[in-house]
Amino acid sequence: MSSKKKQFHFPRLFGLTHHARQVAPRAGSGWFRIFAGLAGALLGAAAYAGSHELLNVSYDPTRELYRAYNEAFQKHYKALTGDDVTVKQSHGGSGGQARSVIDGLEADVVTLALGYDIDAIVEKTNKIAGNWQSRLPHNSAPYTSTIVFLVRAGNPKKIRDWDDLVKSDVKVITPDPKTSGGARWNYLAAWGYALKKYGSEDKARAFVAQLYKNVPVLDSGARGSTNTFVQRGLGDVLLAWENEAFLVINELGKGKFEIVIPSLSILAEPTVSVVDEVVRKKGTAKVAEEYLKYLYSPEGQTIAARNYYRPTSPEVARAFTAQFPALELISIDGEFGGWQAAQKKHFSDGGEFDLIFKNLRK
Amino acid sequence: MTITLIGREPPIIKTVLLTVMFLFLGVFIFIPLVTIFSQAFQSGLAVYRKAIASPEVLSSIKLTLTIAVVCVPLNTVFGVLLAWAITKFSFPGKSVLTTLIELPFAVSPVIAGLMFVLLFGAQGWFGETLQSWNVKIVFALPGIALATLFVTFPFVARTLIPLMQEIGKDDEEAALTLGATGWQTFFRVTLHNIKWGLLYGVILTNARAIGEYGAVAVVSGLVRGETTTLPLTIGILFDEYAFSAAFAAASLLTLLALLTLALKTMMERMLEREKIDR
Amino acid sequence: MLDVTGIAAPGAWAKTGNTSLPGFGLTLGLSLTYLSLLLVIPLAALALYTARLSLPEYWAILADERVSSAFCVSFLSAGYAAVINGFFGFIIAWALTRYAFFGRKLIDALIDLPFAIPTAVAGISLAVMFSPNGILGKILMPLGIEIAFSKAGIVIALIFIGLPFVVRTVQPVIRELDREVEEAAMSLGANFAQRFFKVIFPSILPALLTGVALSFARGVGEYATIIFISSNMPYETEIVPLLIVKKLLQFDYVGASALGSAMLILAFLLLLVINLLQSWMKRDGNAA
Repeated sequence: MSSKKKQFHFPRLFGLTHHARQVAPRAGSGWFRIFAGLAGALLGAAAYAGSHELLNVSYDPTRELYRAYNEAFQKHYKALTGDDVTVKQSHGGSGGQARSVIDGLEADVVTLALGYDIDAIVEKTNKIAGNWQSRLPHNSAPYTSTIVFLVRAGNPKKIRDWDDLVKSDVKVITPDPKTSGGARWNYLAAWGYALKKYGSEDKARAFVAQLYKNVPVLDSGARGSTNTFVQRGLGDVLLAWENEAFLVINELGKGKFEIVIPSLSILAEPTVSVVDEVVRKKGTAKVAEEYLKYLYSPEGQTIAARNYYRPTSPEVARAFTAQFPALELISIDGEFGGWQAAQKKHFSDGGEFDLIFKNLRK
Repeated sequence: MTITLIGREPPIIKTVLLTVMFLFLGVFIFIPLVTIFSQAFQSGLAVYRKAIASPEVLSSIKLTLTIAVVCVPLNTVFGVLLAWAITKFSFPGKSVLTTLIELPFAVSPVIAGLMFVLLFGAQGWFGETLQSWNVKIVFALPGIALATLFVTFPFVARTLIPLMQEIGKDDEEAALTLGATGWQTFFRVTLHNIKWGLLYGVILTNARAIGEYGAVAVVSGLVRGETTTLPLTIGILFDEYAFSAAFAAASLLTLLALLTLALKTMMERMLEREKIDR
Repeated sequence: MLDVTGIAAPGAWAKTGNTSLPGFGLTLGLSLTYLSLLLVIPLAALALYTARLSLPEYWAILADERVSSAFCVSFLSAGYAAVINGFFGFIIAWALTRYAFFGRKLIDALIDLPFAIPTAVAGISLAVMFSPNGILGKILMPLGIEIAFSKAGIVIALIFIGLPFVVRTVQPVIRELDREVEEAAMSLGANFAQRFFKVIFPSILPALLTGVALSFARGVGEYATIIFISSNMPYETEIVPLLIVKKLLQFDYVGASALGSAMLILAFLLLLVINLLQSWMKRDGNAA
């Protein structure tokens, strides 16, 4: 975008600016695309049928994934319809991102860390239809992931499984489940493991409490925790999304970190949805739907797999079997009765997590 | 021999105090500055240049400058108006008004942002009306500008009020007696008298407008290349493991801060000089 | 030196009588309109959101253990930082005003760096400095002193933020005391220590307290500088502004407004204290 011809882009004061219809400069100029996209969005789709702008509101660790995917989708959509698409991204903690959409951030699509956050948008605004999760295959989770351990090179604390995390000399890095989607998966994976192994809720509670006793820093998002572990050098093990753990190894610390796969983990399903009200208003329903549908195509699945998300397509998964070791996975619906129930029991104010923390202080 | 109320202390005290001062400022001023620049240039000049010239950083610089261009003049004009009203007239409720001006200093910036979300967010007071008019405030430039206006409001008024009080009203009254109109008096006399103080307030307003984080973070929506100001982009880059890039962007703001300090010191000199002249 | 700390002395208006100067309606009208739009309406929104709660509900939110711990952390850290700033700020103001040394003007200008530098920039550089691999972290960690991610980290960040408030309020008073005076004034005490404690320190005290209070007020609300260096642990190192943000992230607007309004009330009280301190300072200054 930077190397292309510059065209001054007026800041949109008060969001009302009507751009006069311009003699179209050569398509392909990045600024032009943004400009035209804006104009299209403002004047309604009819004025500029040939170009669209989408805003994808996502969570922290998908930055690299959607950077690659957006590029591929632009080409795909151009080939399919001849239209140009610009996809803008917003990243942050999953809950906070849902909050922004609730407060009026005009996302055409949301691609969040867990279904609960999309449910929250449904519940508070009706911007998304209640049946959103059944509109796309696999519970609207085009790719999945799981929770693994990232340890320092050579695994000095000999961490092999969840039981090693509750040893008194091990420091565990994980974010705050009240605010981070990834952290909720971490917490539930630990709970699920203990419940299976030790057989009772009380024991699971004690296990998780012991684990959080070893947590020295509670960042509000998954990215913050990774930074704490990798850049600031704190802790012995990071509970991380599998894709995030791979990313760290490949981008930041070849030879400095190792991934440890626990004996059991949780099937994390980051879910996606079109925001109905916004696409209706902006006239972007078609392109937004195609945007999500293409995630399920072989190309989309391959990009997801290359960015270390487990593809849901069996064909693509087969090509990447070496990358994703098999392990026993519990699911949120099977083990916890779905997100609403899990959220209420564990993460609401006064829920299990609050109690654990309260007791830790005594 | 000069004699002052303080008099002279034993020489050992001077040595101790100077040492303490240098150590303290070393840790709190000098090392942070060195850290910013050394981290920024850690990976070499080429990386630095690339980081600064990336579309993301460039667009956030553009947004940050736009915010400054909107907020600084507005707060300057209204700061002058307010200072005029407060220093030239007496009226009931003046002390309430002065406390109100101070408020943004005492309110956590996060709360400042929150208030605008409560007002203009989709769930807020005016949310539905705004949506039906298709006007975007929160998660767009107006919201960021409003939050910035809020946190930077006090600087100009707060700088001018004591200054205008000290100068008094004699000059203006003389000008009026000599037949000048109100506007002439304001532009020729008042503005002339307060110019350095005004500039000083403008510089402080500008520094804060460009650097605000907490208030802006709440209303931004973090749409990359569209609603991320330079300080927010620094936070994002920091989170993306792009440490050198984050500090490269931070070094730009640091240079600006140093420039601000230089200008501020200059203004202070000018003010002192005018004070002596008076 | 200008009053950059933002708090001008009240009571100074008294001298301004009614005059023939024009523009009263225009300037006051416009200012009030602007202030209402920018300050009063947003404040009202916060108040009304909070008013959805009954008083017992409001109290229950504030009395929640996590919330009260956050208030403790915020106020204690700001308190420690303010006291430390009072001590070192006094020394720095003293040295900058009274001693001639190489680079004095430069240092004097740099004191305001925390005002001028964006808080996020300060936050990340402090976090890096005190991280295990940072310049100071490398020295302190082996000694068993952990700054980053501990309460000490929060205090360090707040010392940085609040330092100029103390120096800049104390400096003019020391300069005033340091002016040449008639020799008669010297007959105050035999040695420096006596003079210091009987005359000098009491004259500086009001200004010093004002500076400390300002540093405290600023510290209580600080957000960006702290989140980068703190471990943000509930009950331990979680500050109130962060808790407000976390409540927002959980879609708990009413809870966030409740905390916000409580902070606001406390900020008002602090302003009141500062104003009282300043009128004391003024009176003291007139008496001297």
